[in-house]
Amino acid sequence: MISLTGYLILSAMLFVIGVTGVVVRRNAIVIFMSIELMLNAVNLTFVAFSRYLHGIDGQIFVLMVMAVAAAEVAVGLALVIAIFRRKGVVNIDEINILKW
Amino acid sequence: METVCFYIFALMALTGAVSVITQRNPVYSAISLIVTLFAVAGLFLLLYAQFIAILQVLVYAGAIMVLFLFVIMLLNLGKQPPKVVKLVGLKIAGGVAAGVLMLTIISHLLGGYSTGVLGEATPEAVVTEGSTELIGKALFSDFVLPFELVSILLLVAMIGVVVLAKKPDQEEA
Repeated sequence: MISLTGYLILSAMLFVIGVTGVVVRRNAIVIFMSIELMLNAVNLTFVAFSRYLHGIDGQIFVLMVMAVAAAEVAVGLALVIAIFRRKGVVNIDEINILKW
Repeated sequence: METVCFYIFALMALTGAVSVITQRNPVYSAISLIVTLFAVAGLFLLLYAQFIAILQVLVYAGAIMVLFLFVIMLLNLGKQPPKVVKLVGLKIAGGVAAGVLMLTIISHLLGGYSTGVLGEATPEAVVTEGSTELIGKALFSDFVLPFELVSILLLVAMIGVVVLAKKPDQEEA
């Protein structure tokens, strides 16, 4: 039987990989995927705690996180498409019209 | 058996995650992300969260990844021109920052211990009642307000997406 710490360390690793992706990558879509990775790591933490504390609340939170993730991805990808229509790029280095 | 499964799924998840952020082609990133999502679904099964595992496969690996792949195909991002600017320094800095974050989290995890009041959803209860029933009971009694708010959130997101993604008006262009 794996201890709670095992699951928490795994989800910390997934989260950090997601953070690295957001910081390092320049493609907006890959950045969204990294955000999904982070959300999944958090979900794993919730479910692990829910299992080891015998509570169901953690799984309810996972449902909420999934709904928010779906909304976030839909809106984010719509933004990417809108930006791509205007500027023809999805590279966040070149999307700098808010920078002064 | 459970330990072996855990390590297999953990290895799958980590390999997929690393592959997501290292692939040059976004399509390969998306495929790697699907591997990670399936591995996490397997871990949910190991944690007696069958309902969440199925939802993970349906919502994440199904709907969300189809959306990703659809947008990638729509924008035709497969053949990206080679980068003109190389931001090596930024990448190294990002990697170092992530490593420090990792060390911080793991040192806290190893130094800490979890406390809390144990609930009623023991693995035996999950097996006899089913995780869907337990989640449904909680969702429609204690968590009914958040549940309704989530539906409003999804509606707002849907309207926003339609507004954002529709073709710009003629006079504007």
